[in-house]
Amino acid sequence: MQCQICQKRTATIHLTEIQNGARTELHICEHCASEQGIATHSQMSINELLSHLLAVQPSDEEMFGPAEKDLVCPTCGFTLDRLRKEGTLGCPADYEVFEQALLPLIERAQGGKTSHCGKVPTTLPTDTKKFVELSQLRQQLEEAVHDEDYERAAELRDKMKQLE
Amino acid sequence: MELTEFSHDINEWFSGSGPLADIVVSSRIRLARNLAGHRFLNSCSNEEKAEILEKLKSVLMPLDLGDKVFYVSVDKEPELNRNFLVERHLISRHHAMATGPRGAVIARREFFTAMINEEDHLRLQVLKAGCQLRACAEQIDRIDSQIEGRVEYAFNPRFGYLTACPTNLGTGIRVSVMLHMPALKLTNQIEKFMNAAKDMNLAVRGLFGEGTEAASDLYQISNQVTLGVSEKHIVSEFENVIIPEIVEYEKAARRQLLTNDTDTLDDKIARAMALLQNAHLISSQEALFLLSHLRLGLNMHEHMGASTPAIERLCALRASTKEQDKLTIRTINRLFMLTLPAHLQVNYGKSLDATHRDALRAKIIRDALTQQS
Repeated sequence: MQCQICQKRTATIHLTEIQNGARTELHICEHCASEQGIATHSQMSINELLSHLLAVQPSDEEMFGPAEKDLVCPTCGFTLDRLRKEGTLGCPADYEVFEQALLPLIERAQGGKTSHCGKVPTTLPTDTKKFVELSQLRQQLEEAVHDEDYERAAELRDKMKQLE
Repeated sequence: MELTEFSHDINEWFSGSGPLADIVVSSRIRLARNLAGHRFLNSCSNEEKAEILEKLKSVLMPLDLGDKVFYVSVDKEPELNRNFLVERHLISRHHAMATGPRGAVIARREFFTAMINEEDHLRLQVLKAGCQLRACAEQIDRIDSQIEGRVEYAFNPRFGYLTACPTNLGTGIRVSVMLHMPALKLTNQIEKFMNAAKDMNLAVRGLFGEGTEAASDLYQISNQVTLGVSEKHIVSEFENVIIPEIVEYEKAARRQLLTNDTDTLDDKIARAMALLQNAHLISSQEALFLLSHLRLGLNMHEHMGASTPAIERLCALRASTKEQDKLTIRTINRLFMLTLPAHLQVNYGKSLDATHRDALRAKIIRDALTQQS
């Protein structure tokens, strides 16, 4: 939902005012709220958290050089700048186009994880399924070694060998 | 389907039944999915949104859910009806307020909703009463697999199911439980609990999701990490570690109230009874908090055998209320839901200003808690 004042940013603050029995609702963004002198001390929203995470990263240019800074998704026209502002992506292809820029952000938002583990579509080609399964086993192996569960680690290693 | 067909009663997941129901009100699992070959919603034109909506609606409506389903054109519904669906947790506030073509496919018994064009193209949710996460997980997985046989989801071998926001990436799963924790509040331990939840990498929200305060001492706890941990692992951690730990925390606070601070406990219960039985104007917020104390008293009596002067009076009231409104946890939850602003207005048949709502709410509660002569 868009902010009713700036019509640009996402509304994260929802105010209900009841005056003489008449109820009015206002949906605005954090920025416009502070401009209107409305104090906010709510928990950080996910989008805000993401924008914050993005903001504390080095600038696109520092991180990727001028070429990446100007990168535009050929499918949806999305840019890193929009991602930085909105916190959501434009299309599934963005995960490949902006992979390098997204990785540190994903790692922070996802407790250090950067690869999928869990359900995969049954319609995936066998090779892709195998790839996902191997990366999941690799992850479990790392956890088993970390927990010093060597029996399980050996089992997992054997499973990986079979798959490979 | 008319909303008034089910607006006079509570849904199954809010009936106060199920495992650990004295503390765990309900369990919910949602999956975020997007269609391959389409942009995410913030880059979609209304035409593309309409195309996605039609495609998903035609797949979802004939699904075998073991229950009848109905469809709501969320974008065409008046604001009051959208708020009503939010109050019943059938759609999210975000879905109610979003723009463009969007809809929801809802099971008649309200255990399942598919929101189309919310933040992602598809948000599936399964809700059950009490602590039933594993059952929710099995059911939502079956539904998701049925859909997956008919459409192609956006999926990437490295990142899993692709979502508009990277915080939902991977499994796209959000596991959440709604917990009733009045004793932690009364013993001033809520902050401690919040910090413990944060340490466990959990999000804590109020009754109606992000940004809402914990009305009626109800808190929703959910996972934050969706990538790199399997659905099974997340669910089993909730069932075997997180929920038992939090439940024990609240139980210890209830025991503490009973042994060391009976006056505080009795004061809350007795005041709640007095106000709810006598008030002529009552706001939604006040009603939620007072009903929370009645729920605490009844649950402590039923599950811990608690018997204090105020709890005894509450039990006496239970025995003397009208048969159809017999004062049980279900009745309290029913009063709780039916007196929310949109419910009151849908059931009254027209919109009401705040004062009239407060008067109507007070009357409904007063009538339900009236002793039979």
